[in-house]
Amino acid sequence: MAVMTYREALNLALREEMRRDPRVFVMGEEVGLYEGAYKVTQGLLKEFGPRRVVDTPIAESGFTGIGIGAAMLGLRPVVEMMTFNFALLALDQIVNSAAKMYYMSGGQFNVPIVIRGPGGPAAQLAAQHSQSMETYFYHVPGLKVVRPTTPMDAKGLLKSAIRDPNPVIFIEAETLYPVKGEVPEDPDFVIPLGRAVVRREGTDVTVIAYMGMMYRAIEVADELAKEGISVELVDPRTLRPMDVETIIGSVRKTHRVVVVEAGAGFAGMGSEISAFVTEHAFDDLDAPVERVTGANAPMPYARNLEKLKTPTKDKIAAAIRRVCNANGS
Amino acid sequence: MPRTILEPRSHVEYLSILDSDGNLDAALEPRLSPAELKSLYRAMLLGRRFDERMVRLQRQGRIGTFAPIKGQEASQLGSVFTLRATDWMVPSFRETAAMIWRGWPLEKILLFFAGYVEGGQPAPDQHDLPITIPVGTQLPHAVGLAYAAQYKGDDAVVMVYFGDGATSEGDFHEALNFAGVWHVPVVFVCQNNQWAISVPLKKQTHSKTIAQKALAYGLPGIQVDGNDVLAVYAAAREAVERARAGEGPTLIESVTYRLGVHTTADDPTKYRTQEEVTAWEQKDPLTRFRAYLEKKDLLEDGLERRVDDEIAEAVRRFEATAPPDPLTVFDHVYAEMPPHLRAQRDELARWLREGGAPAPEPPAAPLGATPMRGQRLTRR
Ligand SMILES: Cc1ncc(C[n+]2csc(CCOP(=O)(O)OP(=O)(O)O)c2C)c(N)n1
Ligand SMILES: [Mg+2]
Repeated sequence: MAVMTYREALNLALREEMRRDPRVFVMGEEVGLYEGAYKVTQGLLKEFGPRRVVDTPIAESGFTGIGIGAAMLGLRPVVEMMTFNFALLALDQIVNSAAKMYYMSGGQFNVPIVIRGPGGPAAQLAAQHSQSMETYFYHVPGLKVVRPTTPMDAKGLLKSAIRDPNPVIFIEAETLYPVKGEVPEDPDFVIPLGRAVVRREGTDVTVIAYMGMMYRAIEVADELAKEGISVELVDPRTLRPMDVETIIGSVRKTHRVVVVEAGAGFAGMGSEISAFVTEHAFDDLDAPVERVTGANAPMPYARNLEKLKTPTKDKIAAAIRRVCNANGS
Repeated sequence: MPRTILEPRSHVEYLSILDSDGNLDAALEPRLSPAELKSLYRAMLLGRRFDERMVRLQRQGRIGTFAPIKGQEASQLGSVFTLRATDWMVPSFRETAAMIWRGWPLEKILLFFAGYVEGGQPAPDQHDLPITIPVGTQLPHAVGLAYAAQYKGDDAVVMVYFGDGATSEGDFHEALNFAGVWHVPVVFVCQNNQWAISVPLKKQTHSKTIAQKALAYGLPGIQVDGNDVLAVYAAAREAVERARAGEGPTLIESVTYRLGVHTTADDPTKYRTQEEVTAWEQKDPLTRFRAYLEKKDLLEDGLERRVDDEIAEAVRRFEATAPPDPLTVFDHVYAEMPPHLRAQRDELARWLREGGAPAPEPPAAPLGATPMRGQRLTRR
């Protein structure tokens, strides 16, 4: 194990996979000479050269479509979105081509592409630059969607994503790039897609969260422990396919669920999780599933409003107390 | 400090070799063997007869909506003829004649338009992408294939087809821009058939030609008479050879006309005149090529009959195919079947086994049975 930042963990994953497999190449805006808008591709151009670390014109649909074409011919493109907000320009390519080619070709052309970059709220990046973009993708059959919370997950899941024969949407976070954590240096270390993780065991309530919201939930869990509420923290890690089994297993143990998500809640991840918890474990529940989500409004630019828009620790704690019937009584 | 002309060498050529009466510009005549000329003509005739048969099959409800190619046979075959089997062909949705040339069996094409997934499935070693519907979406794929071919060090060339309307899409411009910057082996074939459904070319672009759009991206563009199979062939061959020699991409604008409906769900009398259609019928690519072959004494007796027999045989095989198996709806979504799809598939299988009766139990319980209501098992 080594301690490194989330950014370094991603970089190491790319480096190891590029060393392991000559078909892997990286492309996107500013990924070469500039080493990535967020420096995730640092040093790659130097090690692998311009054929495998390709600076592109600013054309998200174009280079995503090119990645899809290259993947159909057997390469393993890793396409960087400067931020996932700009993946909207490539939505046709991702939804109509990446996710459909394997199906439409009757299994002849799979599309082993990874589309990665940061998404979600950060620090005053405002309305067009702070969106939790996973909602646009996990609805689409044929896509896998990953949101890695820790440096270890970032490395292990990115390596799995690159090796996966399907198109994978891999959304990181600006706020997590400098976060440090333990990361296995073993180049054979991978974390399989489609497996959730129980980050902390607890007995009273299951809190489901990922990315920045998981870190917030950890702090809340620490505080509530002092009040005698034991919180189990579950991180889905892969949103599609979702590890329903692990989540339901936790619900059967705690009988109470709070889902926390940064994005606007309507038809969000929390809606889906609360729906399948109800389908699979209705009679296990001692309280309705609670969702704590971002407000249904564009992300404000002002710092104080931005803070208010995303789920605060107070709101998360209040929801947990509510489902645990522990409202200060 | 004068004003000067920066790009004096930029120009767009127009190429025509065989006029509507079959008269030849002998200096430009491509060197094609009698056997090649005969196979080109046979493919054009097959494309035409098959297309006409497909329209009838659609009208009879035996296949679904499709986009006929009538009038565009020379445009497709003159170009696709220049590819090797190891090259890549990337179609839009109106390339039936080119697809047949590339080895798609006729009944597979019928299966495709009857909704069978197998119809869109290329043979394992076939270098053709499936039909795509979003206009222009396939152009970046072609550049990606070309990049990958170059990356792997093989000398494959990629030919991609699209319409005049597609040149208004961002993907057209992005693909040409990338192809120019990366200098990859792609031949862009725009079949300018004058119409994008009901929208005529003049409402699509203010450019005099589509070919000239290439110049903005630093690649050569050429306009050809798309109803003259020799001209299309000559231009495509030049472009393919340049691409294979590492000299980069080319845009070919093949000026042709859609003689039939946009799709079988369209009625073109609503937006264009019969005079216009009649004028283009005079320039029919088949008539013209037939006149040329006649002068060379290369027309084969009984060819139409043989082509029709081949079509009839394909229709018979197509109609003998069993309807798609319902359980296949879950296939090829992911390379491996994830648990939620497996559960849905099992549920459907059970439903079908039980004679299609509604499921007696609540759907999909991949996680072991949920306790029944009122039977709470665990409570603190
Ligand atoms: C992105 C997208 N927008 C709209 C359509 C609907 N549509 C189907 S074909 C067509 C016209 C295409 O015209 P053109 O590119 O000239 O090709 P042609 O049909 O003439 O062969 C349109 C608008 C579509 N399939 N995809
Ligand atoms: Mg058209």
